[in-house]
Amino acid sequence: MESITVKPPIVQIRNLSKSYRRGSQDIPVLMDINFDIGEGDFIALMGPSGSGKSTLLNLLAGIDKADSGQIMIGGVDITSLSETELAGWRSANIGFIFQFYNLIPVLTAFENVELPLLLTRLSRKERREHVETALRLVNLADRMDHYPSQLSGGQQQRVAIARAIITDPVILVADEPTGDLDKVSAIEILNFIDRLNHEFGKTVIMVTHDPRAAEKARLIRHLDKGVLSSG
Amino acid sequence: MFFLTMIIRNAFRHKMRTILTIVGVAIAVLAFGLLRTLVGLWYLGVESSSATRLVTRNSISLVFTLPISYKDRISRVRGIEAVSWGNWFGGVYIDPKNFFPNFAVEPKSYLELYPEFVLSPDQKAAFLLDRKGAVAGRKLAAKYGWKVGDQITLKGTIFPGQWDFILRSIYRGAQKSTDETQFFFHWDYLNETLKKTVPRRADQVGYYMIGVSRPDQAAEVAVSVDRLFRNSLAETLTETEKAFQLGFVSMTEAIMIAIKIVSYVVIVIIMAVAANTMAMTARERLGEYATMKTLGFGARHIAVLVFGESVIISAVGGGMGVLLTFPAAHWIKTALSQYFPIFSVSASTVCLEMLAALIVGVVAALFPTWRGATIGIADGLRRIG
Repeated sequence: MESITVKPPIVQIRNLSKSYRRGSQDIPVLMDINFDIGEGDFIALMGPSGSGKSTLLNLLAGIDKADSGQIMIGGVDITSLSETELAGWRSANIGFIFQFYNLIPVLTAFENVELPLLLTRLSRKERREHVETALRLVNLADRMDHYPSQLSGGQQQRVAIARAIITDPVILVADEPTGDLDKVSAIEILNFIDRLNHEFGKTVIMVTHDPRAAEKARLIRHLDKGVLSSG
Repeated sequence: MFFLTMIIRNAFRHKMRTILTIVGVAIAVLAFGLLRTLVGLWYLGVESSSATRLVTRNSISLVFTLPISYKDRISRVRGIEAVSWGNWFGGVYIDPKNFFPNFAVEPKSYLELYPEFVLSPDQKAAFLLDRKGAVAGRKLAAKYGWKVGDQITLKGTIFPGQWDFILRSIYRGAQKSTDETQFFFHWDYLNETLKKTVPRRADQVGYYMIGVSRPDQAAEVAVSVDRLFRNSLAETLTETEKAFQLGFVSMTEAIMIAIKIVSYVVIVIIMAVAANTMAMTARERLGEYATMKTLGFGARHIAVLVFGESVIISAVGGGMGVLLTFPAAHWIKTALSQYFPIFSVSASTVCLEMLAALIVGVVAALFPTWRGATIGIADGLRRIG
């Protein structure tokens, strides 16, 4: 096992393996992955298509199950949690930023951001305050009643960022957050993510193909054919 | 509230698809309701039969008659309170397509046995006094524009010739289900005419109507009456009015069963259409369901969304179908009154329609709900982009 940071690790991955079954064949995607991520780190996972980086991100975020190994996040072994426990854990600890924003088209920007808060005990008034704060943070306070189809790609991704941070999670996972954006919007989004890391101390784990995006990260790890190497 | 908002917005996301599904459900529920009403009406005569009325007819067949001389012997049977008699006349008004039920009856006893035919006292008295007098139901009179005092001529089919009557009364039904399209006149007028024209057919009746004081006497009275005429030239068959009516219904029971099956098939077809729509809808939204699951929502939340959408679409369609049933039934009653003098949609039919719509919504949502609720998040997210 190797240590990649001096800060106390918030994520500890031990002997993690994952394979997919295609017909009668097992196709290994991740092989014996071991590494730690410190609290407040900004790490970029890079690698060619099919290298297993999105799979690793999914495992870290608790939206997929490993075949073997252990993932400790904030002292919780998420590989031992049931689906229901994982759902609760995700909503409290992880913020998601997707390549295609994954906003719900029938909900306004406000409602999309409010969505994770519906699972909390916050009152309607408290939810409103939280959502308005988050949307102000991403400079979209004036667009809160707009539907996703009425927003540009960059604006939609900013709504997604507001949604990701609305529950104040410890970790932000971003899967190709600039993959569907033009250059200007991509820079804007990366700056937001960078700010969340620097100013708000969020641990950011980002999968990207884009070397400029990776430059924002403090650490870059490469995956190739399911094997992790240092950057 | 949030989920309800989302369900409604989801339901109308593809407006054309949703509207077509709603229209489909509405038409299916309408067809179901009309067919069920038709089946119900077929049995209406049976259901509205009196438990204290018996019918005595020739045991060979209804087309064979009984002598009028049986009247006195029947009336002496213990338990019988009243006896009336009549013949199916089968006359047509101007044109054979103008069909309505018409009978020659013994007027006084007949009206006593059938209190559901309500005549005003003065019109009733006028009818009883006039041997050529006739009575028509309110709907029948309205259809042909008859007024009290009008002369009405029927062309006999079973009893050939032109038969002139003076309309002395227009009756209304005591209940909503009472047939108001009947026409009846004095049996004596028929009989006396037959004595002159076809004497061998005179003094014959098609059936006797018997009134008993209590329903539990019906079986005993029926046996007693039939025993009286055993081994005679015209043996009788006495049965309750309900059994008598059922005898007619049973002749067409196969058609009724077919109509019932068709009514269910209509619902099954729309169920398949709605299920297809919901399956398409859920397949398109698997990515969204996965996103919601990623945010912490569970399978039950997804199930509420899919079920809610399906049930709302079906409920709107079902509601429209129910609302359309009433004008459609009114149109049928108006346009086809000679076949369907009563075409009222019952409360139970409305309940069945709503139940059918609900079942459509629930069944249509089963597979999509299972699909949406069980899809793996990683699988669902791969569908986006």
